[in-house]
Amino acid sequence: MEMPRHWRLKQQRYALVGEVCPHCDGKIFPPRDVCPYCGGEAKTAYTFSGKGEVFSYTVMRDAPRGFEETVPYVVALVKLQEGPVVTAQLTDLGEEPVEIGMPVEMVTRRIRQDGDERGILVYGYKFRPVMR
Amino acid sequence: MSPKKLARGVALVGAGMSKFGSFKGKSSRDLFVEAYVEMLESVEKGIDPTMIEALYVGNYSSDLFEGQGHIAPIMASWTGLSPLPAVRVEDACASAGVALREGILAVASGMYDVVLVGGVEKMTDLATEKVTDTLATAADVQYELPAGFTFPGFYAAMATAYMNDFGATPETFMKVGIKNHFNGSMNEKAQFGAKISTLMEARRASAAKKGLPVPEWDDELEFLHDDRANPPIAWPMRLYDCSPISDGAAVVLLVSEDIAKKFSDTPIYVAGMGQASDGALHDRDTLTSIPAAKLAGEQAYKMAGITPAEIDFAEVHDCFTIAEIIATEDLGFFEQGKGWQAAEAGDTSRDGKKPINLSGGLKSKGHPVGASGVGQVVEVWKQLLGKAGDRQLQRKLKYGLTHNVGGTGQTCVVHIFERRG
Repeated sequence: MEMPRHWRLKQQRYALVGEVCPHCDGKIFPPRDVCPYCGGEAKTAYTFSGKGEVFSYTVMRDAPRGFEETVPYVVALVKLQEGPVVTAQLTDLGEEPVEIGMPVEMVTRRIRQDGDERGILVYGYKFRPVMR
Repeated sequence: MSPKKLARGVALVGAGMSKFGSFKGKSSRDLFVEAYVEMLESVEKGIDPTMIEALYVGNYSSDLFEGQGHIAPIMASWTGLSPLPAVRVEDACASAGVALREGILAVASGMYDVVLVGGVEKMTDLATEKVTDTLATAADVQYELPAGFTFPGFYAAMATAYMNDFGATPETFMKVGIKNHFNGSMNEKAQFGAKISTLMEARRASAAKKGLPVPEWDDELEFLHDDRANPPIAWPMRLYDCSPISDGAAVVLLVSEDIAKKFSDTPIYVAGMGQASDGALHDRDTLTSIPAAKLAGEQAYKMAGITPAEIDFAEVHDCFTIAEIIATEDLGFFEQGKGWQAAEAGDTSRDGKKPINLSGGLKSKGHPVGASGVGQVVEVWKQLLGKAGDRQLQRKLKYGLTHNVGGTGQTCVVHIFERRG
């Protein structure tokens, strides 16, 4: 993939930066400058806490290219405390079984096992069980 | 608000499809021609091709699958229809359903009286992992794919949520597959065209022939529970929960209602239609329903002035077995959360009160993604006219419905067809 495609998403991917709507206070992720809840313009940056819970998940056995070496791995839809749901991989699971409702928190990790054909290492958010 | 209506009525007077499957010797244009020729022969009173005024072709990704863009004019040229206007429509796996809708709107507008609508996809030239990558581009490449999701993964996450909320089990999904393979075993155009039990016996025979230990399976379910025979792809979806990689094409001929009887004594009328869009899977409040499908269905019922109970049979978008269960709920055939029980009780089988996917569905018939939406319509047309051969439903049929989904429900399009008299 071309470098700018990754570069322009760095705020979202590294720090879970979205937006907050000045009209309805809706928290928005991914950021899109228009509020999906009320339709108003929404350009105020908002950093999410990174805390949430598993909304649903699956265990990937047949991986797409770039993910083969980590099979099996768990991918999930994570409902953030502030409202939006994000799509992410779960990590640091240990022996703990994954279930819907499990509390998780965001960490920054390398997204693919290796760089792609251009050697770009892509980092971004994953979620791990909340430390007890 | 009064229900939306077409400015004038539109009818189907011809339909045809290629066989669905894996065909080394055929490219998309060859498949399209095969479907087109069958369509020409299907028009009861004949059609002079020079009467066809426009072509709408559903196609998801000939660019990536075949390295060929701009295919609508090629389809026109290969069917001898140049220089008519030729339009390609892309909405992922709903491409053909949306092409049909655009064709219907074009006839209803009064611009054209006779329109050809088709769908085509040639997927099997690429290796499986490249096909998976190509299909994945129908998801959000920026915000969904970096997690390592694939389409089986998305539908698996929907299945996980569905099981959690309503109590279905992976066996529920297997039963949908068994039913659709049974239906597809009566469809000469189907990619598999074999019951699960037949596939199971074939596997046993192959082991015996190679001198390997012959696997013991008591029944189809035990076969489907075997990780070697039916490997997990994304839990709880296994190989036989997924539609295959397919080549295929399908076409239908649309005409304005006022001239329909010139082509057939029994035109099949467009009674209702609906379409809606949505954001990525993570942008929705629910994973156990596809909101855009619900909306599209509601629009279609309202336009037709009928209720879900009046639909005699439906072809729904079973790209994965869970998708069929969710579809039967979104379309109002069963209450939300009850579709899996209806499937287990046999309500969606050929003999059930609401037969679903008599053709075998995408699961057994095959899923050439940009053709599937019109492929569904070909089945409804045949069933309504009593032309479905061995798999013809032996009861009086008035309304048939098609439900075509792009992605995980970013695009949904529903059509209701009616036989009058």
